Amino acid sequence: MTDPTDLARTDLARTDLASTATDFSAAGPSPAEAAAAGTGTAGPSPAGTGTTGPRRTPLTSVHEDLGATLTDFAGWLMPLRYGSEIAEHRAVRTAAGLFDLSHMGELMVSGPQAGAALDYALVGNMTAVSPGRARYTMICAPDGGVLDDLIVYRLADTEFLVVANAANAAVVGSLLTERAAGMDAAITDRTSDYALIAIQGPRSADILGPLTDASLGDVKYYASYPATVAGAPVLLARTGYTGEDGFEIFARPQDAEVIWRTLSKAGADHGLVPAGLAARDTLRLEAGMPLYGSELGPDLTPFDAGLGRVVKLDKSGDFVGRAALAARAQAAPERALVGLVSQSRRVPRHGYRVLWDGAACGTVTSGAPSPTLGAPIAMAYVTAAVAQEATRPDAAGRLAVDVRGRAEPARLVPLPFYRRPA
Amino acid sequence: MSVPEELHYTPEHEWVAISGSTASIGITDHAQRALGDVVFVSAPAAGTKVTAGEPCGEVESTKSVSDLYSPVDGEVTEVNPEIDDDPGLVNSDPYGAGWLFKVSLALEGDDGELPPGLLSAAEYTALTAEDGS
Repeated sequence: MTDPTDLARTDLARTDLASTATDFSAAGPSPAEAAAAGTGTAGPSPAGTGTTGPRRTPLTSVHEDLGATLTDFAGWLMPLRYGSEIAEHRAVRTAAGLFDLSHMGELMVSGPQAGAALDYALVGNMTAVSPGRARYTMICAPDGGVLDDLIVYRLADTEFLVVANAANAAVVGSLLTERAAGMDAAITDRTSDYALIAIQGPRSADILGPLTDASLGDVKYYASYPATVAGAPVLLARTGYTGEDGFEIFARPQDAEVIWRTLSKAGADHGLVPAGLAARDTLRLEAGMPLYGSELGPDLTPFDAGLGRVVKLDKSGDFVGRAALAARAQAAPERALVGLVSQSRRVPRHGYRVLWDGAACGTVTSGAPSPTLGAPIAMAYVTAAVAQEATRPDAAGRLAVDVRGRAEPARLVPLPFYRRPA
Repeated sequence: MSVPEELHYTPEHEWVAISGSTASIGITDHAQRALGDVVFVSAPAAGTKVTAGEPCGEVESTKSVSDLYSPVDGEVTEVNPEIDDDPGLVNSDPYGAGWLFKVSLALEGDDGELPPGLLSAAEYTALTAEDGS
């Protein structure tokens, strides 16, 4: 009765931390994917550590002191949860949560042709971004497949900070270097030079305000400013991955602990709690945000994920993937990324089949019990036809997810599942 | 991690308390910690015949789903009625209010012998230490 092909299935006998993190392990590229990306190496870059265990962030000891459950995520020892991940999730929706994101990859692109190099390497129009602002964008293969999704902060005319997923940082660094060849732009991996702390949730500005010299009212969404937090110099950005207002703080590693402790202490009265990767995943899922390795990957284009808007076909000059993506933009989509709400309490998980009238019509990419909706939710790729038909009033009862051999009814809903109150 | 002396355990991380011909069953503190927040338990219904070492239900948490194995042979007599509304009891009180189901034991001769294959608290503690927890 056990189906060994179900990725999310674990036996209690194997409930070590690695197996409970099954869904996260899907976030990294396989060696084959990395090979497709032209680098031949996968996974995290252990450069400078010289040890075989996962890398520690400047805050790992703090997490250990807090009694966190730690897990190897993309080669980094990261907090999965501190206590109850549902309580952490709710704190972010109603008050605030504090996240260690120091595993994220930071790549600095600088030089007179930094903007031009990124315009060629990425699908976005980076030279159109004003200094101090940021963009969500992607790096694609020549065939249009997504190799990573990125946030690019333009720090100055000739300086851009590219933030990549931890599992892809080495690949992205190699690709940027390769694609910038012949241009006056230098790419440096600065991951070890940055601790990244996020404070997310409706109370974030109230907590952070008294601890920074920045006037938070002036810090726009998707903007970044040099500032101080708890007296330490940081790059302060209004970005996040939770669907809430919040800030991301790029700090020097030696300042990470004082920033974390100062925010924790000041935030306690506001309901701030430390939050781990488990809560981060359910928060981003409710907010309909894609996760690389689940909703995005080398066999999918940005258009498949409903994110064709990030592909700037109107920018001048060639860029990697342009021809394939231009063709894809014109073609009728074969599949669509949709939201599902389960009508059962059994959770649709990554890799499960979606059924229409009992026949397979797609695959779940991410699924979890939603603390906010009080029901299991999932994102899934389904055929374009089903994505259309399932919205019709007579569709009730026809859509289901094969949850380990049993068809559990689900209904199709527009993404995101959750939008924060205006 | 709590491993009460008076209980017996399976290698699959269930605990069992045997009193006369009745066995009460749940999952261990180690298991609930590894799973994280439990959101749904599908336990075998009253009247179901269960077999030691065979899957008889499922435990869903935020990040994973796990099979629930029966530690003993017998027939399910009762399912914890609180768990459906409050599956978090499995996390907050795994050996108490978070019990999952009770089984009427199918033992030959009731001479105080334990059903085979169960672990003592010390054996179970050693097993989980091997897991690196």
